[in-house]
Amino acid sequence: MFDTFAIASLPEADESLRSAVRDIIVRCAKGMPTDQRARSWQGFSAEFSRMLGAEGFLGLTLPEQYGGRDRGPFSRFVVVEELLCAGAPVAAHWMADRQSAPLILNYGTETQRQFYIPRICRGEALFCIGMSEPGAGSDLAGVRTRAERRDGGWLLNGQKIWTTHAVHSDYMIALVRTSGTSADRQGGLSQLIVDLKAPGVTVRPITDLTGDAHFSEVFFDNVELGEDALIGNEGEGWKQVTAELAFERSGPERIYSSVVLLDAWIRHVQSSRQIAARADVSPLVGRITAEFATLRAMSIACTARLAAGESPVLEASIVKDRGTSFEQLLPIVIGDDLAAHPDEAVSDELYRTLLYVTHIAPSFSLRGGTREILRGIIARGMGLR
Amino acid sequence: MDMIELLEPFQRMLDAIATPSEVRAVEEGGDAGPMWQEFAESGFMDALVAEEHGGAGLTLADIEPLLQAIGAQPVPLPVAETMVARALLANAGIDRPDGPILMVTGSALPVPCAAAASHALVDDGEQLHLSPMEALSPVTTGAYHSLSMRLTDTPSGEKLARPAGGLRAIAAVLRAALIAGAAERLTQMSTQFANERVQFGKPIGRQQAVQHMLAVMGEDMIACRIAAQLGLSKGLDVPMPVAAAAKITTSAAVPRIAATAHAVHGAIGISEEYDLQLLTRRLHEWRLADGSEGYWEALLGAARLASPDPTVDWVRTEIFA
Ligand SMILES: Cc1cc2nc3c(=O)[nH]c(=O)nc-3n(C[C@H](O)[C@H](O)[C@H](O)COP(=O)(O)OP(=O)(O)OC[C@H]3O[C@@H](n4cnc5c(N)ncnc54)[C@H](O)[C@@H]3O)c2cc1C
Repeated sequence: MFDTFAIASLPEADESLRSAVRDIIVRCAKGMPTDQRARSWQGFSAEFSRMLGAEGFLGLTLPEQYGGRDRGPFSRFVVVEELLCAGAPVAAHWMADRQSAPLILNYGTETQRQFYIPRICRGEALFCIGMSEPGAGSDLAGVRTRAERRDGGWLLNGQKIWTTHAVHSDYMIALVRTSGTSADRQGGLSQLIVDLKAPGVTVRPITDLTGDAHFSEVFFDNVELGEDALIGNEGEGWKQVTAELAFERSGPERIYSSVVLLDAWIRHVQSSRQIAARADVSPLVGRITAEFATLRAMSIACTARLAAGESPVLEASIVKDRGTSFEQLLPIVIGDDLAAHPDEAVSDELYRTLLYVTHIAPSFSLRGGTREILRGIIARGMGLR
Repeated sequence: MDMIELLEPFQRMLDAIATPSEVRAVEEGGDAGPMWQEFAESGFMDALVAEEHGGAGLTLADIEPLLQAIGAQPVPLPVAETMVARALLANAGIDRPDGPILMVTGSALPVPCAAAASHALVDDGEQLHLSPMEALSPVTTGAYHSLSMRLTDTPSGEKLARPAGGLRAIAAVLRAALIAGAAERLTQMSTQFANERVQFGKPIGRQQAVQHMLAVMGEDMIACRIAAQLGLSKGLDVPMPVAAAAKITTSAAVPRIAATAHAVHGAIGISEEYDLQLLTRRLHEWRLADGSEGYWEALLGAARLASPDPTVDWVRTEIFA
């Protein structure tokens, strides 16, 4: 079962990217407090993303002719791993580099490719992903936002929600209905590039339970778009979105959301406990380390499927479901350990980091498709549906 | 040699000689001699022995599909252990005995498949001994249909140097591969059963609750396979952190995998005549053998805490490098 899902290793040539990425991270993210670094995905720094672009760390999987680096998924694995483990602020280029650019490359027109991809590779065109709506979360086929054909373009009306970094982005790739009704399910859906500065677009940030405002509601009120807003073919939005989600779910990012907390906790244990008194925490550290190593090997195995030119929807679902469980386990066991030693001082910075990760952790298994939806995909892959 | 080329004849042999009824016969005290004879004559037992010693010169990573197949069958003989023992003996220039060889990494707990072994490679913490089984005075545990035995005496026989990580690391990696093989077979059996068993007018596999249980089982199965492959990737001198990662992941998955297989099968899975129990009983014994997840977690955690490196760097150098 899943026979191609087997151990693989990172090529030497890609491993060698690490030190250069580290240099940039040190230059940009040095001195950032741990609880800030724990926000990595949410950390928005257009300056940092542009610097990554200038140094050649964006568009790693994209062709050189569009400003990419032609290096393939393994190199992206290495760079993303370094960024997330350091807690670098990746939000500005995150979606564009991971999803939008590959989508435009695969389905866009030549004009769209030449217009958008080089700017994405320089960290200059920032994208957000408009899939969810108030009535369409897990059930994405229920989107109602609608684009009507107008002479020479489209007229867009409707609403998106939970759109990460819509406030800071230049463009949204929106999944919209271009024909039929939501009763038609997957039929009649298309993907459009929406310029978020166009008249009629309103972006309203939503504050989350940690006080951050990384996602937003986006309203479209008679937004006029050009003919060239459509990506791919009209009515093929569903097929395109499915392929896009394989990019969204297959990276190493589904393992590392709590890794800044993990390393901060380990440093705390090392500095505050006698070697002998660490014996009680060793099994827990060992359990975490083994699961981390296994997940990393699984994620590299998944990356190998991408590198082989496949769309590893199943493999990605498996890594994401298990990976987010790991990310969610860490704040629980780390909180228990710290509070199981009530006479051992914990710094405010570590405490803030712990509470931040604890409170945001439920989102790990929601964003990018919920645990229940992923398990349904896996079950289908096993022949159960 | 191509792995698939190896696996096909090996699987054919297993299908011919280690059928569920043969496995049961051995577990019930029958003679494993004829089954062993087939393995001995197949040439596969020297797969890991260097070519200059008359073997096939393959690596542990090469024979991973064979080890998984042994776990999936599940063969009531220490076949994987014998393959490794013969390679260690050959490297040490010691004559290889004809019978099945057990690997003994501790005397406190029973060792799986001991009842079917003629010799044992025993790690006493300083060196290895190639001991005849009688010298170890094996004692049955009384556990139903178990081939595990406690070894109560000191080993005698020829001595050889221990591998750097001791015998336990390599033994743990073998257990991990056997667990991965059984996990895959159990996942297949459970999925197939869920698609066939009809309750409330439809196959139980159409129930979302059952689908989600099986999806998690599938995740565990993949994690076991990949962790075992990681363990097997370093040759016979397995570094502790690598063995630990492989054994922790697989041992910790055992209770979940066995529980799901039984839950999905309902009462029939508990019955002796149904093959499921051949695998789940074995799975639990492998979990306990050569250090459970708790044993390896303590070792791995202590090593990890001794280093100032961030987790990803530590894991990269100690486990992946
Ligand atoms: C931090 C964060 C960032 C996000 N960023 C974006 C973004 O940038 N762009 C975007 O488009 N979306 C984004 N999302 C939205 C995300 O994709 C949705 O939250 C997700 O798809 C679930 O939809 P929902 O929240 O409406 O929950 P619902 O679909 O209402 O689900 C609620 C619960 O019911 C369960 N459920 C629903 N249907 C089924 C079923 N058939 N079987 C079993 N259980 C079911 C779900 O698993 C869940 O547990 C983001 C979400 C978060 C938390």
